[in-house]
Amino acid sequence: MTATEMLQQLTENAQPHLALQPERPQLLVGIATCANAAGAKKTWARLAETLDAAGLTDDVDLIQVGCVGRCSLEPLVEVRMPGEPPRMYTEVDERRAEIIVRQDIEAGQPIPTWLIDEGERLGEPARPVADVAPGEINVFTRDWRHVDFFARQLRIALRNVGRIDPESIDDYLAIGGYAALAKVLDEMSGDDVVTAITESKLRGRGGAGFPTGLKWKFTRAEEADTKYMICNADEGDPGAFMDRSTLEGDPHSVLEAMVIGGFAIGAGQGYIYVRAEYPLAIKRLRRAIDQARERDILGDSVLGTGFSFDIDLRLGAGAFVCGEETALIASIEGKRGMPRPRPPYPSVSGLWGKPTCINNVETLASIPAIILNGAEWFADIGTEGSTGTKVFALAGNVNNTGLIEVPMGVTLREIIFDLGGGVPEGRKFKAAQTGGPSGGCLSAAYLDTPIDYDSLREAGAIMGSGGLIVMDDTSCMVDIAKFFLTFTQDESCGRCTPCREGTKRMLEILERITTGKGEERDFERLQRLCDATTRASLCGLGQTAANPVLSTLRHFREEYEAHIVDHCCPAHVCKSLLHYEVDAERCVGCGLCKRVCPVHCIVGEPREAHTITREVCTACGACYEACKFDAIIRS
Amino acid sequence: MLYQREALDSPQWWQGLDEMIEREREANPDSWQTALIPVLHYVQDCFGYVPAKAINHVAQALGVPASYVCGVASFYSYFSLEPRGAYTISVCQGTACFVRGSQSVLDEVCRQLDVKPGETTPDMLFTVSDSARCLGACGQAPVMMIDDDVHANVQPNEVQDILAGYIAEARREMQAREELIEIDARAQHE
Repeated sequence: MTATEMLQQLTENAQPHLALQPERPQLLVGIATCANAAGAKKTWARLAETLDAAGLTDDVDLIQVGCVGRCSLEPLVEVRMPGEPPRMYTEVDERRAEIIVRQDIEAGQPIPTWLIDEGERLGEPARPVADVAPGEINVFTRDWRHVDFFARQLRIALRNVGRIDPESIDDYLAIGGYAALAKVLDEMSGDDVVTAITESKLRGRGGAGFPTGLKWKFTRAEEADTKYMICNADEGDPGAFMDRSTLEGDPHSVLEAMVIGGFAIGAGQGYIYVRAEYPLAIKRLRRAIDQARERDILGDSVLGTGFSFDIDLRLGAGAFVCGEETALIASIEGKRGMPRPRPPYPSVSGLWGKPTCINNVETLASIPAIILNGAEWFADIGTEGSTGTKVFALAGNVNNTGLIEVPMGVTLREIIFDLGGGVPEGRKFKAAQTGGPSGGCLSAAYLDTPIDYDSLREAGAIMGSGGLIVMDDTSCMVDIAKFFLTFTQDESCGRCTPCREGTKRMLEILERITTGKGEERDFERLQRLCDATTRASLCGLGQTAANPVLSTLRHFREEYEAHIVDHCCPAHVCKSLLHYEVDAERCVGCGLCKRVCPVHCIVGEPREAHTITREVCTACGACYEACKFDAIIRS
Repeated sequence: MLYQREALDSPQWWQGLDEMIEREREANPDSWQTALIPVLHYVQDCFGYVPAKAINHVAQALGVPASYVCGVASFYSYFSLEPRGAYTISVCQGTACFVRGSQSVLDEVCRQLDVKPGETTPDMLFTVSDSARCLGACGQAPVMMIDDDVHANVQPNEVQDILAGYIAEARREMQAREELIEIDARAQHE
């Protein structure tokens, strides 16, 4: 029996929760870390309760799915009635949950004001989804996705997230899961797979953008009795959560890609190194691995072909540097997670000295789609040097926070203003930070730059893992640089001097600047330290640690000057540079500021103007926030 | 979560640990050192910290110096060598949360509990983490995680109520546990 036949048998025996053409009403609740934070578990419980009370439990399916990526409108509940276009309810708390069951499901009257179409604050008319062939896996086919936020996306890595129950392998099989693996096992040789990935020009989504096909080719070319395939799910960049979302919403596509990778490079064992901070992702991965083992998709004879491959989980333990490949390997080996000099690269000598291929979650999640749709299809998307799509975690001061996947080469403006809905409360866009602590801040001048690996690098930022933090004029760029340096300085493993000492000294200078003690010479000192740290550090952490400083120096130099020369913080963030005073004209003596002051530095009789004792004031700003008469002046 | 620290003196618990190490060893006979971090995770989850006794025990079972085990345990911020409170509070210090004002939330937590980041309250109820890295719920920033519960869009004025819920829960659990011990004692007496 071929792998395809065996897969067919598995698919026929599958009992998926989700049907693409449902014959009875289905309620889909997004259950993921972000949704749970917004209360999705309570929503789920109330839906179940209300269905039970209405006697509908046996007639309506209540199903959990991953997160579709529209974070600020969570919890999201999708209602799919037979023969009707599906609809998506937003911000479904317990009250809404009950009303949705009673009014929409039971009485057949949808509530338009709670639908996502209403919730979208984009101000542009919705567009129809482009015609797609039925069953095509790369494009959303659900109707609520005509809203701009989804219609503008092209989802490849996230293709199944929010579409299937992540804890059911049957759901994954029903939408064509593991078909790429069967195709590889039946029709392709290891070389064919490597060629396909090379021709797709897929580049590693973890940060550095190394061509994946080349990595596979190198590992395949090594001769060794044992090789390893590792999935790097140690997503540590602050502000990036695409890997968590993929693992929580579609763990099987990562497993499938790992088996394909194992076949291509000749490995028999895979490891997934996942952060301990992601308990739900770990739980779902464990479950997915068990289910795959039960069905002979993992194990001694993958899909009955005699190819043997198994996957184990390894948990991280809160060390950012373990996202670096050699540090990650040390951590799996049970050592302190410290990087070592390369070469030799892991493809030559990796885990326990054996050839090892390490790929990021998002990279892997794209691979089954490339195998099924062909390298050419993938290479046609995006730009010449950066093909395919990229997932961005859109967060910070932006209206529509969430997870989006767009073709490479779209502009920052499209992402932040068209998809993200712009900056809230009518504030002004100031900067976009990409690439986490290794990346940089881009000013408004770069809004129309197409985003790909190379253009971002030219602008002084990097793609990184795809975190995209939007900042408005309430963010101080020196403070942001200090924030990232605090992070890298703390996470530096201490092995090499340039990184250990360089980050520390840079941080000291930035601390001086933000407390008003900066000197003119600090520009030169920072520049020199940045150069040395970048050029002499052992691993990526140190080599890129200076990027936040360099990019803010380049694009926001005037803010540094304001701190150093004028001793003021234009964004009113750096507390040591702020003074608070009471405007005696406006103060009515209500005493509110006196009550909120944590250090009791405000004095004054009731109904008389109060005063702030400068020497005691910590410039926390509590009085400024509290005053109803705008009588506190900040300078 | 209230930890089972009394298990520290229970021979069964240590036997269970030995069995776990043995299992890990069998799974990776050539490279059994890989068991170290999973074992430390287990110890940390049971006690809320990695006690010196466990470091020595694990070192002996794996045949490595205790200094090696200690070196690994102290490298990773997830492992704590000091006892932690029943609840660990992590106010996310990721970029998105930082931009949305997580510092004032952390300040408020510390003010309410009268501790500094990294410290534990004297009643061993709360530890405020000083190294809360991005929790990956950036769309809901600022977020605060108490054990495995994620609280979204936390404002400083909500902190007091959130903490009160955990204090009440801990009281209930402690009471239930005391009652259990009392019942056990009575049963033994009879």
